[in-house]
Amino acid sequence: MLTIKNLKAGINGKEILKGIDIFVKEGEVHAIMGPNGSGKSTLAAVLAGRELFKVTEGEVSYFGKNLLEMKPENRARAGIFLGFQYPIEIPGVSMVNFMRAAVNEHRKFRGLNPLSSSDFLKLMREKKELVEIDSKLTNRSVNEGFSGGEKKKNEIFQMAMLEPKLAILDETDSGLDIDALRVVANGVNKLKTKENSTIVITHYQRLLDYIVPDFVHVLYKGRIVKSAGKELAFELEEKGYDWIKKELGEE
Amino acid sequence: MENIDEIKTINEELTGLFQEHVHDIRKNSPEFINAKREEAFADFKKLGLPSQNIEEYRYMDFGKLFKGNYTQLYEPQKLTVDFSSLFKCNVPELDSYIIVLVNGRYYRSDLKFKFPKGVLIGGLSQLSKEHPEIMETYYNKYAGSENNGLAALNTAFAQDGLFIYIPKNTEIEKPIQIINILVYEKDFMVHPRNFIMADDSSSAKIVVCDHTLTPWKYLTNSVTEIILGNNARLDIYNIQDENNSSAHINSVFVNQSSGSAFVSNIASIHGGTIRNNIHVTLDGERSEANIFGLYLTDRKQHIDNFTFVDHAKPNCVSSQLYKGVLDDEATGAFNGKILVRKDAQNTNAFQKNNNVLLTNEARMNTKPQLEIYADDVKCSHGATVGQINEDALFYMRSRGISEKEARLMLMYAFAFEVIGKINFAPLQERITDLVDKRLRGELSRCSNCVVNCR
Repeated sequence: MLTIKNLKAGINGKEILKGIDIFVKEGEVHAIMGPNGSGKSTLAAVLAGRELFKVTEGEVSYFGKNLLEMKPENRARAGIFLGFQYPIEIPGVSMVNFMRAAVNEHRKFRGLNPLSSSDFLKLMREKKELVEIDSKLTNRSVNEGFSGGEKKKNEIFQMAMLEPKLAILDETDSGLDIDALRVVANGVNKLKTKENSTIVITHYQRLLDYIVPDFVHVLYKGRIVKSAGKELAFELEEKGYDWIKKELGEE
Repeated sequence: MENIDEIKTINEELTGLFQEHVHDIRKNSPEFINAKREEAFADFKKLGLPSQNIEEYRYMDFGKLFKGNYTQLYEPQKLTVDFSSLFKCNVPELDSYIIVLVNGRYYRSDLKFKFPKGVLIGGLSQLSKEHPEIMETYYNKYAGSENNGLAALNTAFAQDGLFIYIPKNTEIEKPIQIINILVYEKDFMVHPRNFIMADDSSSAKIVVCDHTLTPWKYLTNSVTEIILGNNARLDIYNIQDENNSSAHINSVFVNQSSGSAFVSNIASIHGGTIRNNIHVTLDGERSEANIFGLYLTDRKQHIDNFTFVDHAKPNCVSSQLYKGVLDDEATGAFNGKILVRKDAQNTNAFQKNNNVLLTNEARMNTKPQLEIYADDVKCSHGATVGQINEDALFYMRSRGISEKEARLMLMYAFAFEVIGKINFAPLQERITDLVDKRLRGELSRCSNCVVNCR
């Protein structure tokens, strides 16, 4: 469903991604690992359409379409979901209105009528249970005053509401205690089907104990320097990123 | 920048007009009003229109505003159109008493109203003659024209306006809705004078809607004096929705006695130039003033809010919240002053002004000021001028919400802090709807009004 070829991108003239190649098929889980500053979050942002980053070379096709030409909202409607590393607080916009607007835009895109209020609230209830998010949170403004863990759970809740084909989870595990991590991972696993795919971006192997990847890519200095099966994650955990640096002939 | 000679010429013209028409201007007023008129005219001759050199008028070019061929009427109009048939402005939920003023003069109210005993609502010209005992002591007491050229001009020319008196211990539950209509077939200037008194332990809610019915240039220089007795409660909500070649100078002077509570909430929706001067004196202990404003401007609109809260007595609370969205080449100013006098111990005063600029051309000047002479005081003030939060915008778009809709939701969220202060649900809903339509760029006149205001 997703083909990334020689993708180069940067910000303010500084190149961060220096030629990325990734192929994601339906039903696959890919993990992208790498030390801080390697470009993981930039890759996620570029895929979601953040205009702050400029793509300088390469191509990304999503179900045969040129993803890079699509607006962020159209990418979302076509089934791409970005779980933010730092979810944004939006005072004054209620979770309910936010989600209703999002769900109905998705429905409109698929040629469906907007959900009635009661159907919408029912859907909210179901998904809240699925991802074990506190009911009170959805009565507040988007992410406002949420704890770190609540924000991440809220990302998974939104993902459950929007049922993406391709979920990109950017450091969803960062800042989570082990219980919250389990809840978040469970949510992701419950939402997994044979058709949808997930790209898990993480610094640590820990999350991959819960969300088992089919492929692990190591991103370093803007390039994928290693790709293998899930065993690569264990190897990384054991040997640390220095091992990669050594392999690349760096000190 | 203003032209000094231009202002001088305009001052002379206004002075000349007064002298020429003084007979008609005086004709329908009682002697105590005409006496104030003479004083005010002398003040205006001395003061003239405020110059931009005065800090609080820095962003107002009165020369430009008053220049032009405005008609003023010195005698009541014989209106041939039955405006009452045109008004269906009250949305079903807003069950209110409707009072209509046309061109600054009291026009009619629904005679079926049954107000509690002693309540007086009507035209200032008529009721000032019928009930001088209520007004004589207070007329022009707080508007004070000796150092305010605009108030002096109003007091000199004023002939009519709104008069409301709520007697002691009287509560009016339904809101009183004042519809100010400007309708003329030429450029038109008017100086309405309003007087509102809520006597001890009374309470009322007033909704004021300002409209223009034809696309001429209207210039309104209104003065409203508001007196709150001990423990009185008065809420005034104002929806300013005039055409974009009009100018409205709205000066409000409030005097509050002990234990009284006052709310002013102004939603500026449309209008070429709007200047709101809100002067509040907390003149009795334990009184409370809440002053809010929301302005949504675009094209070449100018919105200028001036507030002055005078904490004259101890143990009072005031809070001010003004928020605005400025689009296109709109400009705005906020100048808010809090004065805490020496004896006003245990004062709690709060002020905030937040602005969002949607373009590089839009401009906002904001200046909060504190002047404190007491030592046991809790005061805070703050002002911000910013843009739409790009991170929030992207977050929303990444969920499939279109950029346009996301912007609207963010602007609406920004505005809602002020709308949320309206503690009268039907009106809050109505203004919410109005603001939503305004932000969407749809026609924003009162949704159920059959009159085309622009």
